[in-house]
Amino acid sequence: MDFKNSPIMFFLGGIVSLFVLSQSLFFLLKALKEGKRMGIDSLAMRKAAISSMIFSIAPSISILVGLLALSQALGLALPWLRLSVVGAVTYELPAATAAAAAFGIQGLSNISDPSIFTAIAWVMTIGIIPSLLIIPLFLKKINKGVSRLKQGDVVWGSIFMSALFIGLISAFLGMGVGGGLLSILTLLSSAIIMVGLGILIKKRNLKWLETYAIPISMLGAMGLSLLFSIVL
Amino acid sequence: MKNKRTYEESVHYYGRIWMLSAFVLLMAIPVIIGVAFSAWPPLDKVLLGLLGVVPMFWTVAVIEVLTFSPMLGNGGTYLGFVTGNLTNMKVPCALNAMKGAGVEPGSPEGEIISTIAIASSTFTNTIVLTLGVLLLVPLTPILSSPTFKPMFDNILPALFGGLGVAFIAKDWKVATLPLGVMILLYILAPTLPVGILIPVSAAIAISWARFLYKKGHLHRTHDNKKGDL
Repeated sequence: MDFKNSPIMFFLGGIVSLFVLSQSLFFLLKALKEGKRMGIDSLAMRKAAISSMIFSIAPSISILVGLLALSQALGLALPWLRLSVVGAVTYELPAATAAAAAFGIQGLSNISDPSIFTAIAWVMTIGIIPSLLIIPLFLKKINKGVSRLKQGDVVWGSIFMSALFIGLISAFLGMGVGGGLLSILTLLSSAIIMVGLGILIKKRNLKWLETYAIPISMLGAMGLSLLFSIVL
Repeated sequence: MKNKRTYEESVHYYGRIWMLSAFVLLMAIPVIIGVAFSAWPPLDKVLLGLLGVVPMFWTVAVIEVLTFSPMLGNGGTYLGFVTGNLTNMKVPCALNAMKGAGVEPGSPEGEIISTIAIASSTFTNTIVLTLGVLLLVPLTPILSSPTFKPMFDNILPALFGGLGVAFIAKDWKVATLPLGVMILLYILAPTLPVGILIPVSAAIAISWARFLYKKGHLHRTHDNKKGDL
């Protein structure tokens, strides 16, 4: 059996999922109790819970698509674990790629060496860990400082964040262009599908489609890459 | 308990316990994987991999904590940052719930609704992912067949093509220089490790954005223009 899908890996994923569910249940019950004490209408709280569960279905499916994408290289269990806690696919994919690249693996193909797999697990973990320390140590201070920060240069703050991500995306787009014809065609297909969806969303005012735009363009381009590989 | 804690104090108290436990649990995972498969990667390779993502991810982590914690409230922050998928799910979900309930983010009522929303969102996400994985297990041999190999070999271009359009459309001026440099670099040397180029590209993008901003070429309000993916 492939070590990536071994029972121990699923056991670890299960533990993490249970942890996340337990913490959510703990805070949910605590908030409901306090809300009741404060006199918030219990119907309003129930509505918030139900609407949030429904709201999260679409993004969760999109996260599942990311899981499927990662699973080819890393098996099902590690992406399941990683996407159930902290992080998001947009962090996990670059982290896994950067770790694989350190071993001379370009792109992210099926990882068959356990030591590369472990290196990927380390890079993914350490990459996303700091908020788990910053918050317990500094949240109280941040609460006090935030009002002062709010008066800072918010426009530059937002441009800075945007520029960081554009930097990340540019590196991957460059890599896509350098990856040969099939890679370029896949990249262009995804971009074209995205533009098409963007136009559709704007012209037909299809707000709901926004959540699915990235997974549709990703799956569409992956499907087309299969077609291109047969033709080329 | 002799001195009864207020809700806020109790959220900080238990929040810290949960979060530090999550820290220990997550750090234990690569150790357990290493032990289970007797696989200990060379330290220099792990550090090289980290070099590619840590400068950027850690900066983003600090900014995310500063940006999202006032919106999510204390309970929402302790919960949301452990359960993850913040920008793509938890933050919009919490804001949506607070809007629906007619409460302000940062108010005591907002704190309660936001916590309820993030907990409920986590239930959905965990259920969808777990069911999805259970359904995918029988499909794994089909998906790993050589027929589908080109499809999975091109995941990165398939993701970043669409993401690039979504992101660059918002700030195409900022994208011109880093994108141009990266494309040129990869045409000249296609085997460059992306891990090293991510921080380089991010540094170019930030310096270029700063230059454009100072010159007055970037006009915008920060609303709904956050750097979320």
